[in-house]
Amino acid sequence: MTTQRFRPPWWRSRRGQDALTTAAVRLVLSAGAVIILLPFFWMISTSLKQPAEVYLSPPIWIPSPPQFENYVTALTRVRFHIYALNTAIIVSTVMLGTMLSCSFAAYGFARLRAPGRDLIFMLVLATLMLPGAVTLVPTYLMFNAIGWINTFLPLIVPAYFGSAFFIFMLRQFYLTIPVELEEAARIDGAGVYRIWWSIIVPLSRPVLATVAVFTFVGTYNDFFNPLIYLSRDEQRTIAVALSYFSGSPRIGPQMHLMMAAVAASIVPPMVLFLGAQRYFVRGIVLSGIKG
Amino acid sequence: MIESNRAAPPATSPRRRSVRQREALHGYVFMAPAILGLLLFTLGPVIASLALSFTDYGLLTDPEWVGLENYRDMIGEELFWQALRVSTTYSLVSVPLGLVAGLGLAVLLNRRMRGVTLFRSIYYLPTVISGVGVAMLWRWLFNAEFGIINVLLGFIGIEGPAWLTNERWALPALIITSLWGVGSTTLIFLAGLQGIPGELYEAAEMDGAGQLRQFRHITLPLISHVTFFNLVLGIIGALQVFTDAFVITRGGPNHATLFLALYLYNHAFKYLNMGYAAAIAWVMFIIVMLLTLLVFRSSALWVFYEQERQGKNA
Repeated sequence: MTTQRFRPPWWRSRRGQDALTTAAVRLVLSAGAVIILLPFFWMISTSLKQPAEVYLSPPIWIPSPPQFENYVTALTRVRFHIYALNTAIIVSTVMLGTMLSCSFAAYGFARLRAPGRDLIFMLVLATLMLPGAVTLVPTYLMFNAIGWINTFLPLIVPAYFGSAFFIFMLRQFYLTIPVELEEAARIDGAGVYRIWWSIIVPLSRPVLATVAVFTFVGTYNDFFNPLIYLSRDEQRTIAVALSYFSGSPRIGPQMHLMMAAVAASIVPPMVLFLGAQRYFVRGIVLSGIKG
Repeated sequence: MIESNRAAPPATSPRRRSVRQREALHGYVFMAPAILGLLLFTLGPVIASLALSFTDYGLLTDPEWVGLENYRDMIGEELFWQALRVSTTYSLVSVPLGLVAGLGLAVLLNRRMRGVTLFRSIYYLPTVISGVGVAMLWRWLFNAEFGIINVLLGFIGIEGPAWLTNERWALPALIITSLWGVGSTTLIFLAGLQGIPGELYEAAEMDGAGQLRQFRHITLPLISHVTFFNLVLGIIGALQVFTDAFVITRGGPNHATLFLALYLYNHAFKYLNMGYAAAIAWVMFIIVMLLTLLVFRSSALWVFYEQERQGKNA
């Protein structure tokens, strides 16, 4: 039998179809990426313009020469260094507190048998569903009653009492650590607190890094809490200070300065994201799959 | 040391009980921050908030018990209904759109090809820098005359609306803003997609199922628990939108973007109606609970769990 073997044209072949689909996917994703990146481009472009170039139609896309001194002007006309310092203090202490308290509590939930443990854990998890608005007013009144308004304490102290999602994440990780490790340490005479600090914490460094990056981003971008708890200018965080720029005669009406300030403000989370991407991805993977 | 430990009595003696008690004690110490946090910053305030909602409290005087008056006032308050409408409309549009866009992107980003990690980073980027800065940026992008959105619309011959000062277009503008941040939903979906075993697709292909049927009969059911997770998170998030509304539109124009959270903020911190604000919070809480319950209830119909599959195979 000599049947001529039918050869489809390359675009109908398996490899051809694959290549075509990949090309189509790439095209769609590129179009989407342009939409995602365009606002950033427009922000940078505006931030490098001269005042007279901002309000033009049709617009100038790439200002020439670029006005880099806009950044200097924007960051020195207001006391940006103070806002940055406030933000740094709050973010770093919140990160420390969250990592310590969540890791500590998660170890208890993962390993130590105590009556009612799982019930308490379920309660902690249930708070994830709770809209923050419900606790807002009494929490504010409580901090008001003990004189903590206009201090950083309402922003920092709660971080030392654990946070449901991170406790959950760390607990899931601790459950995967072989018990033998801890048993060996116990035989060597180490107590539970020693075991937690010198075995569990070092082992969970990658997960703690995930907790750290998410806490950084969440705290750095937090607007609501600093807004309601801090009212003096010298206490403002970068997020809150930015929101006042639009009404400030030194910056607000000048869109090029405004955009320079905004661009400067997103540098820290942006750098963190570029440098620690895998930790972000890990956190998302954990949150998605276990949900 | 080691010797003496090995010689310890077997597990049934009273010694064992005390070991257990010690373990429980340590357990509570470890759980203490979480338990205290739960009481101080969650359970306590939730209950206090309910109690406050039955009072008239303006910070400067003592709270005065008024029964259901706050809730009755709310029902008669036109602005409350406006806020409820705004939040509901926003959720009804932005949550499904976010799910569809998120899943669609995830499917594309799940393809094995060069440069795909770069795309993933780009799509995730907006969620990392969300906040006030981004809100200010969007205000500029939506500028009626010189914002880039209307400039681009102008290129294709469409005269864009005065987004943020137009009652009809302010809320859609905020929905567009929210879609820009679809990256986290996308990556959660992506993680779910990567958990689907490849053999399933291979088997389906052998049976002659095309891409669409594979998506419909393999991807959708096997990702339904992730959809569920994203839906619940999306509803809770959408009903609490604050920063965008506060910074981009300030609730305007003419209350067109007065979200529930903004309405609550105004009463708590502008008019110092703490009792009324607590009542608004509880109404929000009840809405979220009802919706979550509804989603949970309905999930039996459309969420497919791994155990079921294993059960069926066995």
